[in-house]
This record gives sequence, C-alpha cells and structure tokens, in this order.
Amino acid sequence: MASTLTHDSGVLHQHDNHGHDHGHHKETFLTKYIFSQDHKMIAKQFLITGVVMAVIAMILSILFRLQLAWPDESFPLLETFLGEKWAEGGRIKPDFYLAIVTIHGTMMVFFVLTAGLSGTFSNLLIPLQLGARDMASPFLNMLSYWLFFIACMVMMASFFVESGPASSGWTVYPPLSALPKAISGSGTGMTLWLISMVAFVASSLIGALNYISTILNMRTKGMDMWKMPLTIWAFFLTAIVGVLSFPVLVSAVVLLIFDRSFGTSFYLSDIVVAGQILPNQGGSPVLWQHLFWFLGHPEVYIVIMPALGITSEVIATNSRKPIFGYHAMVYSLIGITVLSFIVWGHHMFVTGMNPFLGGVFMITTLIIAVPSAVKTFNYLATIWRGNLRFTPAMLFAIGLVSFFISGGLTGIFLGNAALDINLHDTYFVVAHFHLVMGCAAIFGMLCGVYHWYPKMFGRMMDARLGYLHFWLTFISAYLVFFPMHFMGIDGVPRRYYAFTEFAFMQEWLTVNVFITWAAIISALAQVAFLWNFFYSMFYGKKAEQNPWESNTLEWTTPVEHLHGNWPGEIPSVYRWPYDYSKPGHDKDFIPQTTPLSETMSSNLPHDFEDNPEAERIQQEWEKEHASKPKVQEDLV
Amino acid sequence: MRLREIFNIRTVAALLITCTLTVMGNALFAQEQDSIISSTTTAIDAAANTGNTELAPSSLPLISTAVDTVARYMNMQPVVETKDHSEAYRSGSYYFMLFFLLCVFIAIIGKILKVYEITREMQGQKSNLDNKRFQGVLLGVFLIVGLYGVYWSYSVQGPMSMHESASVHGLDIDLMFKITLILTTIVFILTHIALFGFSFKYRASENRKAYFYPHNNSLERIWTIVPAIVLTVLVLLGFFTWRGITNVSPEDQKAAINIEVVGEQFKWTLRYAGADNEIGKRNYKLTTPTNGLGIDFKDQKSWDDKLVSEIVIPVGKPARFTIGSKDVLHSFYLPDFRVQMNAVPGMPTYFQFTPRLTTAEMREKRNDPKYDYVLLCAKICGAGHYNMQAKVTVVSEAEYATWLAKQAFYYNDDVKKELQMVENKSAEENNKIALNTNTIIN
Repeated sequence: MASTLTHDSGVLHQHDNHGHDHGHHKETFLTKYIFSQDHKMIAKQFLITGVVMAVIAMILSILFRLQLAWPDESFPLLETFLGEKWAEGGRIKPDFYLAIVTIHGTMMVFFVLTAGLSGTFSNLLIPLQLGARDMASPFLNMLSYWLFFIACMVMMASFFVESGPASSGWTVYPPLSALPKAISGSGTGMTLWLISMVAFVASSLIGALNYISTILNMRTKGMDMWKMPLTIWAFFLTAIVGVLSFPVLVSAVVLLIFDRSFGTSFYLSDIVVAGQILPNQGGSPVLWQHLFWFLGHPEVYIVIMPALGITSEVIATNSRKPIFGYHAMVYSLIGITVLSFIVWGHHMFVTGMNPFLGGVFMITTLIIAVPSAVKTFNYLATIWRGNLRFTPAMLFAIGLVSFFISGGLTGIFLGNAALDINLHDTYFVVAHFHLVMGCAAIFGMLCGVYHWYPKMFGRMMDARLGYLHFWLTFISAYLVFFPMHFMGIDGVPRRYYAFTEFAFMQEWLTVNVFITWAAIISALAQVAFLWNFFYSMFYGKKAEQNPWESNTLEWTTPVEHLHGNWPGEIPSVYRWPYDYSKPGHDKDFIPQTTPLSETMSSNLPHDFEDNPEAERIQQEWEKEHASKPKVQEDLV
Repeated sequence: MRLREIFNIRTVAALLITCTLTVMGNALFAQEQDSIISSTTTAIDAAANTGNTELAPSSLPLISTAVDTVARYMNMQPVVETKDHSEAYRSGSYYFMLFFLLCVFIAIIGKILKVYEITREMQGQKSNLDNKRFQGVLLGVFLIVGLYGVYWSYSVQGPMSMHESASVHGLDIDLMFKITLILTTIVFILTHIALFGFSFKYRASENRKAYFYPHNNSLERIWTIVPAIVLTVLVLLGFFTWRGITNVSPEDQKAAINIEVVGEQFKWTLRYAGADNEIGKRNYKLTTPTNGLGIDFKDQKSWDDKLVSEIVIPVGKPARFTIGSKDVLHSFYLPDFRVQMNAVPGMPTYFQFTPRLTTAEMREKRNDPKYDYVLLCAKICGAGHYNMQAKVTVVSEAEYATWLAKQAFYYNDDVKKELQMVENKSAEENNKIALNTNTIIN
C-alpha cells in the first residue's frame, strides 16, 4: 500500500521526545525572558530591539528632515530635547545634522534591517519551518542576541559623549572618520561606533554560523533541501553571504582603529588638517572603500534576501497558489549570493579607482539585475490567476514587490559607470537605495511581523489598523522618495545640511517641504503599527493554530509556546511547501505533513520523481478511480 | 466575548482620559508658570526702574541695587529660559493633542466598524464590508492614481531637473540616460500594471480556486533572456561611453589646458599651469600659511603657475583637471558638465572634458540672466560640506586669454621672501650644527 511507503517514520523519532519534557522544568523570569536560549524568545528579543532601534532611527530622520524643509526656522522644542550644543536656538547645527544622518543610516542598515529582520525571522522560522527542536547551538544563539544588544547600547551611548556621535556618514570614510580635528564626531563617538560594529559583526557571525549549521543538519525527516520553503533558502544564503563578508568589515575596522589610535597609515597619506602637517604617508583612503564595500554591497543583499524570502512565502500563501518557478527562485537567490561578491566596485566608479576596473564592475553589476528581474517576474506570475487574500501581510508583500521594482530599475542607472558620474552621491542615490533596500526590506520585515505574529505571540494583530498602517506608509514612502530622483538628476548632492547656499537648488526648497510632510505622515503612521504591535500582544484576539491556512511546518505547532516546539514527535515532511489549490484536492492547501497517500486524488506525476514504486501505485489507483475525479471536476 | 469588548473600550477610554489630563495639565501648568514668571519679571523690572530713577548712575553699586541685580540675576536667567520652553511645550503639546485627537477619531471609527460587523454577524449575514476584497479595489485605485502621479512627476519635475549638458561628453551621457530612462519607464509601468492589475482582478472569491501553475520553463527562459539581452545592450553602450570619457590618450592630454584643483575643508584652491602648461610639483610637508598648497618651488615648472579664485575655461577647448585634497575626501562635482571625480589626499585624480556652451549661452538657453555654472563638493567632508563651492565660467578663447593674463603668480614676492628666510635659517642652522660638531670634535 502507498501508506507504507510514506508513513514509516513513527518509530524512528521517539528519542526526540525529550524536548517536550524539557519544557516542564522550572524557568525563572531571568532564564525565560532575559537570558533565554529558546529560539522563539530570542527571535522576539531581536524583533523588539529592532523595532525600538527603528523608532529611534526614524525619529532621527524626522529631525534632519525638519532641518532640510525649514532651514531658517527655529524649533524651540529641539533645543529643549537636544540641548544648546546641538540645537542652539532650536536650529540643528551642521555637525549634529551629519551625526544624525550617520546614526540613522548605521542603525537602519545594521540594527534594524540586518539584525531586526534576519535575526528575528531566521531565529523564529528556521527551527519551526524545518522541524527542529531548537537551533543547533542555543547558547551561541543567546550570545548572538546579547552581542547585538551591546552593539546597540554602545551606539546609543555615543549620543552622550561630549564630542557627539560619529558623523562621517554611515560608510565612515577615512580620513574624515580618522581625524577628530576634521569633525568632532570622529573623536570618542567614532571610537564607540567602531566598538559597536565589532560587537555587531561578532553577533551576526555567530548567528549566521548557527543558522547554517541548523539548516544543514537539523531538518526533519523528509525535509530535503528542495522541500524547504523559500524563506529558509533565503535565510540560508543570507547567512552564507554574512559569514563571508562580515569579517572583512572587522579587518577594515581594525585597521581604522590602528590608524586612529596607534599612528599607522593604512588609510592616511599627505594630510594637512587645521594647519597641522600629519606624519602619515603611503596609505590610501580608497583601501577603506574597497574593504568597506566588499562587505557593504553583500550587506544590501543580506538586507533584501530575507525580505524576498518572507514575501515569497506570504505571497504564495495568500495567493493560494504555488510560488511560480520555485527552482528558478532558488537559483536566482544563489545567483545573487555569488554575484554579490563581485560588484562592490560600483560604489567606487568616481573615487579614483582605475577607470578600467570601473568598466569591469559595471558589467558584473548589470548581470546581477538578471536574477532580480527573474524574481520579480516570478512574483507577478504567482499572483496571476491567484485567489488573493489581502491580509495586511499580503499588502506589505505587494508593496515590497512594487518598491523592489522601482528601486531596482533606478539601480540600472547607477550601475552604469557613465551615468554614475553625474548621479554619484546625489539624491538619486538616496532615492534608489531607500526604495530598494530601505522601503522594500522594511516592508518585508513588516510583512513578516503581520504574518507570523500569531506564531510569535499567540494572538492576532488588528487587521484594520494594519490596513491603515500599510496605506499611509506605502503612499507616503513613495511621496518621500520619488521626487528625490529628480533632485538627484539636477545635481543636488546628498548629506547637505541646507539647500540655501546654491542658486540652482532654490527650486527644490518647496519639494523639500513636501517630502518632509510626507515623512512626518509616514512616521506618524508607525504609531498605528506600534499600538497594534504592543496592544495585540496582551489584548489581541487569540490566534488559531493555522490562521492563514498555510502549508509550512510552523503552523503544526501548538499556539502555546513549548520549549522544543512540538509536544510529541517532530512531524515528517512528505511534499514541497507550495501545494496550494492543487486540482483534485478538496481544500485549497495541503500541509507539508500530509502524505501523498492521503491525497491520491490530487497527486501529479511530478510528485514521484524519484520513486517508481509510488508512481506505479498511483497509476493503479487512478485506473481504479478513473471516472470519479471527472465528476468532481464537473461539480466544481 | 462581549465583556472583553466592553473592557477594551473601557481601557481605551481610561487611557484617553489620563493622557488628556496629563497633556492639559502640562499645558495649564506651563501657562500658569508663564504668567507667574511674567508677573515677577514685570515686578522686578519695575523695581529696577524705580531704583534707577532714584539713584544716580554713578552710585549704582549700592546695596539695594546689588540685591536687586542679584535678585534679577537669579530670576531673570531662568525666566528667559523657561519662557522659551513653555512656549515650545505649548506648541508641542498642541500638535500632540491634535495628533492624539486624530488617533481617537480613528479609534472611534474602528470601533463603529467593529460593532457594525458584530451586529451583521449576529444577524447571520455575511459582512458586506469584506475588507480583504476591498483592499484589492484600493490597489486598483492606487494603480491609476499612482500612474497619474508618475506622469505628473515626469512632466513637472522632469524639466526642472534635466538640462542640456554644457560639455561635449555630457551629450553622450545624456543620450544614454534617455535610453535607460525610456527602457526602465516602460518596464516600470508594465510591471506595475501587472502587479496592481492582477491584485485588483484576482482578489479573493469563495467561488473560485486559484490556478495551480507551479512553473513554466519556457516562460522563465524568456524572462531571463530578454532582460539579459537588454542589459547587455546597456552595458556595452555604457562601457564604451565610460571608456570614451575616462580613457584619454596622451596626445589629447597634452592638448588640454592643465588646471589643478585642491579641496580642503571647506574651499577649493585653484592653480593654472601657466605658460608651460605643466603644473609644478607639490609636497604636503612644505605647506605654510603663505604656501597653502605646499608647492615645491625648487621645481621650476611651478614658477609660472597662476593663482586664481574661480574656474574660467575657454569654450570648445579641452580642460584637464588634476584633482587633489589637503585633508579629507572631497568630490569635484560639476553637474552642468556631467563631471565628477573624488579628491583623495595622497593620490591625484584626473578628469578631462571639453565645455561646449559658454556661460552667456547657457544663460540664454535657461532663460536665466543670473545663471552660473558651479563647482560643488559631493563627498561628505565635514560641517561646511553644504557650502563648499566655486564659481565656474566658460568664456570665449579671447576672453580667456585676457583673463588669464591678469591673474597673479603663485611664486610672488611674499613667497620668495619666505623661501629666502627659510633658506637663510636652514643655512644658519647648518652652520650651527657644523660649529657644534666642530666643537665636539675639538
């Protein structure tokens, strides 16, 4: 019988039961909520820290938007909160403007979109979607969170040192970042930035190694690599990119620390600052840029790939349709992973790097657009003829696709060295990366929060507030970033404290006011999210076990959290995760845990690709029931 | 179920009231303090005034006034501050209240909708406010409004941002830009029509099952190969344009006017190569207040170098800029000429281009009699980054020649004098050392 073929796992998994017993030993507040080693709790820790950091970084962005929109007006309230040193007379000072720009970028890129996104969902979903009791090494997992937390605290501490936080842009290019005489933020603030980054890199490295080993070793029975949900593929490849690229940032940081504190000349040469002739000779600031962007460019894929993985899952679930071209999706992720390491030079076309090298990087950069395009088209094909359920998560997923298209297309301009001459370091770049990795990735994160909130907190978020949140954020994000492209084309450089000093920028002043209002609205819209997020934690509607009627394994766990995830044995997996609306089946979803023997009416020849015996049984069954499915189809 | 509903509303109401009270209390407190303070100030002012009128100015440091001033000092200092703050708090709390009211309004609408839905449910009818379908309609509306917005942006902000290039190579860049813009706009619009159009068309319905369509290899092949071909075309175009701009033959380099531009916080220093069209060497260790660039005057090429305050270049003649920096990274950015190159300390960089429109012609074209070309810094370089500029003027060749003739040499009398002094000093020092060694030897 077919059932014997696919249903033989019962006995093998008994030793896994200890995980269940584990859940009963007494936990103190400290071990449960603070130094937890449970992947679900660590995921929540990452998420909440990420959300807090996002709010702080967002407030910083509103501060500098205020300055850009009304450069001549004073806001006494700012002086109250920021003090005379940074906002004398209610006007933000240029030094502090650059500081908040820098910290906004650093926090958003590293703390929110790297740790907050990939840390949260990798931790939550890898064991749950693969059928594992926990991560491969829970202690390292806990360490990963606490190093991240230290990194956040050190970065925040830089606001409380006298010389202010780091202010040389989130890319902290030396010599500016190496010379406190050139800008006050390069004093203690910069030291703290570097320490924070080292802690952060250690955190992501530990996390990534843990994700990789869990995915490779701890998949449940039947879960071969090609049956993994695309989320897991995305987290897996993201972790690989992280492991290979983050250490390079540490090496760059260490050299910068040497230059700053021990008088070496890795990045410094021929400098006269504040009338003082420095002894450093022979270094090159371009070296930093190579090292930084060797991490920095993979970093943007570290940010966007988990978001793409999450939306693949959410779009498939809510379209009630298999993701179109599962294999192509995986191969394009692999393509992005490999290519992401050989495109960093496109950040450096006009930095004095050999122009021929620029040409080469241009070619590799535009090649990476191909897998991205494939992904987009596959999303579109997935929603085509679907049965779309617009949950808030689904709306955010659609928003992500829209941002990914818009921001991706402007990347074709910037990846072209000739066009980059005029667009480099202008608002066009700001608009491009905010759309493609800022908005798209944050939408991926919000999409994940709305979708897996029932799994994380056992309660539902309010959908209506979710809709309000989506529409306000989506529209105002476009209103903020779309006009910026035109400012960039006109040649307005980024990181300008005010547009008042150049005649040709005058016409953009009103646009700046418009953008700031849009930014304020999008910031206020986040109140709807924050309320929804924290309120629903305690008072939200109780969640069902599988509220979205999804196929993946995490929805087979009980709503109440258990240490070890499943009360009995870990379920086995018999099929890929995207059997939605399979013809011949009565429901529009078939969970991964349903054996093929229970769905004889809907099995396709493709399902038995490596099992001739099962295929023979299926054919026999079909001969027997030759007339029935047709009748069913007629009824439908 | 219903109890919880009530509880919910209650908590919301309780929160509402407490928040309102705190905010109002704050505002009231601030106001009260304000009035008290203003009354004290007036009182003190009055006292001071009377004091002044009673006492002769020469007898000011009397005890009474001293007390007065002390009192004034103690009161006035915080008075000024708190006054400012109270105003700030008031306007701040005003906006906060406004936003809070908005939130309350939204919460009320939410509750009404919920009540409506619950009653429908109790009556056994399906809610006709089917949110999930409604969102699909909204996405459809967004598509139309969004496309109009894009059209508006292109037609209003497009002309604001795209201007004719003032350099020869800029025309190639602009052509590339236009090709890329057209291609990407087509893709942008088509994919968005598909994305939001499908969202609108295939919104959830109970009567329909989604179409099981896991893959189609030929379709996937098409949309891998087509973007690949389009991108190949763009890459090739871009590659040759880029090489054409950056790869200048040695002959062409010699034919160009040599100009050095050096960035420092927060200004540009300019040096024209002079009659020999060669820039003299620099050594940063020679930097002094009079020799800001650290020019090595032992190199005779530097003797005819000219010091200027703004860039003036002749139209139709290639200009080659040697770009350097004294302190941190800067970026030599001329948006009108589609020119940008970073200024890197310790490593000269180059950009050669040919202007094709004089300032006068450009003013006519842009219909702005005050328009000037401008040099900006495009790489973050410190607090003054936003105002690191120099004027750029393109003139006819004759005008250029007369202008250049008027410019002063770097190697001027001041510099010569200083050099002389330094030389004498070092000579003296040498003598001293010699004497010392002599004495030691003796």
